[in-house]
Amino acid sequence: MNFSSPYVDLPHRLTLRQNLMVFAKLYGLTDAKARIAELAKALGLEALLDRRVGSLSAGQKTRGALAKALINRPELLLLDEPTASLDPDTADWVRHYLERYQQETGCAILLASHNMGEVERLANRVLMLRQGKLVDSGSPEDLLFRYSRQNLEEVFLDIARDRRAAGEVAPSGSDRGGSNRGGSNRAEERA
Amino acid sequence: MTRFSFGRVGAMCLRHFYVLRTSWPRLVEMAYWPTMQMIIWGFFSTFLYQNSTWLAGAFGVLLAAVMLWDVLFRGQLGFSLSFLEELWARNLANLYCSPLTPSEHVVSLFTMALIRALIGVVPAMLLAIPFYHFSIFGLGLPLGAFFFCLILMGCSMGMIVTAMILRFGLAAENLAWFIVFLLAPVSAVYYPVSILPGWLQVVAHLLPSSYVFEGMRAQMFDHVFRWDLFLGSLGLNLVYLLIGLGIYLWSFSRARQLGLLLQVGE
Repeated sequence: MNFSSPYVDLPHRLTLRQNLMVFAKLYGLTDAKARIAELAKALGLEALLDRRVGSLSAGQKTRGALAKALINRPELLLLDEPTASLDPDTADWVRHYLERYQQETGCAILLASHNMGEVERLANRVLMLRQGKLVDSGSPEDLLFRYSRQNLEEVFLDIARDRRAAGEVAPSGSDRGGSNRGGSNRAEERA
Repeated sequence: MTRFSFGRVGAMCLRHFYVLRTSWPRLVEMAYWPTMQMIIWGFFSTFLYQNSTWLAGAFGVLLAAVMLWDVLFRGQLGFSLSFLEELWARNLANLYCSPLTPSEHVVSLFTMALIRALIGVVPAMLLAIPFYHFSIFGLGLPLGAFFFCLILMGCSMGMIVTAMILRFGLAAENLAWFIVFLLAPVSAVYYPVSILPGWLQVVAHLLPSSYVFEGMRAQMFDHVFRWDLFLGSLGLNLVYLLIGLGIYLWSFSRARQLGLLLQVGE
């Protein structure tokens, strides 16, 4: 298992290589140098390895954090907002990399995201949470069908604002009691 | 249950070694205060040596006291700061998603406390030789016993400080800097325990540090290693280590349950 979040930094004073070396040893890797070189090549980090993490841009830090998250070849990868505050180009690159990595390794990815486009693209199964409680779940296609919407962004808004298309089938296991103004929704997926 | 791994302890020490290796201001800061203390107390000792019959018995007793006090202070501070580094870097969640266990983390902090204390006080100890013709190394093996007891006490205190920081967040970080001074008056660093009022003597006898400083004076004035004082200090240290570890592990468990490991940080 491993984990990455934009809200949890790698130590800024260490270089990216030093950070990866420490985590490789924490995970008990015997081929730490080779694995770091492999990840650096795959994630385009070779030129950044000897730079302090604190001097990297947001996109570079995200790729560095992803390298940390993949250092032990995890069977379960936990990602919290993996593309938060990234420019569209870098965000697309990260999503593409995750898609490819999942297909190649078959690892399970559990990601938390408010970016419904990202969820629609990456998820096989979506769990909609509101104030920490599960309010709906299903594949992206299931949710679009049940809410009669074109995209998950609209489904998200329906749930957040407690509005639903007339005549729709009630979502299974829904918890829609009380006011939900100001409630926080979150979509999670497992690929 | 994850088995204890010295490899992971080594990985944590490596992380701190990387920071220290490239940060000369940290190294200077560690050695700066102990050296300044040694210089001031060295002049004071020189003055008193000429005017005090007590100090005439052992010139370096105040210098040795100030250096050993710094072992306790630097040990506690080294433990706490090594932990705080993870909070400042918002790195705790990364660490505890890895197989690192709280016990391995504590052992790595203990190791770093020892290294930081050595970096802090050894330069002052060495400089005292040419400056004042006083070598604390003249104490011989007892110096190792005093050092060991004070480092243990520093780590016990460090565990309690870090437990409070885990529980109350960085608002409690200043504890790392001042908590040890709460014990200074009753540790009998520069004077014998007998000088304290009766009720404070009781408090002093509950502290491992007071036994160390009494033992140091016995060694310097009477050239006797007081095993009773050493064993008293060691026994109390073991009790406080167990208490400190218990509080740390409880606090860590609570922080994990409450999700504080993800939230603590600047």
